[in-house]
Amino acid sequence: MMRPSSALLVGVVKLLVGAYARWIGTTPGPAQRIYFANHTSHIDTLAIWSSLPRRLRSRTRPIAARDYWGSGVKKYIATRGFGAVLIDRAREDAASDPLEPLRASLREGDSLIIFPEGTRGASAVPARFRSGLYRLATEFPAVELIPVYLDNLHRSLPKGALLPVPLVCTVRFGAPVTVAAGETKEAFLERARAAVVGLADQAAA
Amino acid sequence: MIEIWRAIPQEFFWLFGSLVVLLGIASSVAAILARRPADEKKAASRANLVERINAWWVMIAILAVAFLLGPTMTLVLFALASFFALREFITLTPSRPGDRLPLSLAFFMIIPVQFVLIGTERYGIFAIFIPVYAFLLLPSIAALRSDIEDFLSRTAKQQWGLMVTVYCLSHAPALLMLPLPGERGRNALLLFYLLLVVQMSDVMQYVFGKLFGKTKIAPVVSPSKTVEGFIGGGLAATGIGAAMWWITPFTPGQSAAISAVIVVMGFLGGLTLSAVKRSIGAKDWGVMIEGHGGMLDRTDSICFAAPVFFHIVRFFYTT
Repeated sequence: MMRPSSALLVGVVKLLVGAYARWIGTTPGPAQRIYFANHTSHIDTLAIWSSLPRRLRSRTRPIAARDYWGSGVKKYIATRGFGAVLIDRAREDAASDPLEPLRASLREGDSLIIFPEGTRGASAVPARFRSGLYRLATEFPAVELIPVYLDNLHRSLPKGALLPVPLVCTVRFGAPVTVAAGETKEAFLERARAAVVGLADQAAA
Repeated sequence: MIEIWRAIPQEFFWLFGSLVVLLGIASSVAAILARRPADEKKAASRANLVERINAWWVMIAILAVAFLLGPTMTLVLFALASFFALREFITLTPSRPGDRLPLSLAFFMIIPVQFVLIGTERYGIFAIFIPVYAFLLLPSIAALRSDIEDFLSRTAKQQWGLMVTVYCLSHAPALLMLPLPGERGRNALLLFYLLLVVQMSDVMQYVFGKLFGKTKIAPVVSPSKTVEGFIGGGLAATGIGAAMWWITPFTPGQSAAISAVIVVMGFLGGLTLSAVKRSIGAKDWGVMIEGHGGMLDRTDSICFAAPVFFHIVRFFYTT
């Protein structure tokens, strides 16, 4: 049973941007996963989450920045609507590890949606990935890493825009990526990024 | 509640009942076909047939609910159809950051206003709101953004999309505001008539084309459109339309002539939007309706037939 707030949220997202899932390199299954995607818009998180089949949504938690999603209506949407894990982007306390809430969710068996660029870019092609993805990949080798490419959302609600332009957006799920034996952090991150970029060329249909 | 039921013309139950029977037969035939052995290509085309029939069930159900709930729900339904069709059009049309505000206005202001004008029966403004006021306002806003790159082609494409997906399509539910002789509920029958003839024409042209199609009309634009399919399917749809004269203010002869006009306009709509689609390098407008492509793939013929049908009825049959 879905919460009414979640159902409403998914309805609005589908009305605005469609969020049609395309399972290109994998299928929607119960395996624990980390979905990692290009980040161009405030709707990205919601679009990936809404595109998942309903039964996977309740066990899949997007990561959201506390400085944006952490107060008021946005906090209500993030925590009640799509069960987000809030993290601190600006590390105020040097001793705390911002990845700790992610590890806690993974240990509980939840899947995660993350944006390894850390911030929204101006174009659809992602910038350099930050190291969090590599650290989680090595600490949780049993969790599948699924590259995800979002098209058109940078046109719908780019950085700095207030109103979205309704557009049809597809969410493309690629084949799982694993850390190869002896692979360096940089090589892995570049390969993971290339997996997301590679999905950009797949025809929308 | 009883009042609402009384306001629905008896014909509705007959019409929707017949459609359910027809679709039931189609589904049964498809189910029997699916059991027969087939090679890969045949199996794929049968799967497509089942998808199409299933989409028809959904469309008929949505239409029936909208009609039963009255004109307001019908308007909401068509406003959503316009919204989705415009969304598909804009997705495939290049835009620049300077277009964001006019595009947002098109979706969140122009569409609601156009359909509210129908609901409040203001024909005078309804007829000019998009071709005059949206036409002048939206490019002006884009110009204020001082981005001149491809300015004319960008604004021209957006205007064209707005005219087809919102202005033209809105003429279908606008049939509900025409003052016709007889009871009020009969306007909805005219809308039903239009949709039936257009869709029957599409289906029949598809069927006749598959059976007898040889001579392509415009091979580059739409390889599936053939002279044999158009003539056979068009005549069949005209015949169906003529036979439906009893739900309209038309005589049987007039009904045949008007159906023929609807068929021709619908054909031109499909052809023209196919040309637009191909010019921007797409096969389907979208992926909303399984087996049918997008909203605009399903409504392209209505977009062209609706305004002409609306004006024929308005000129010759309103009181």
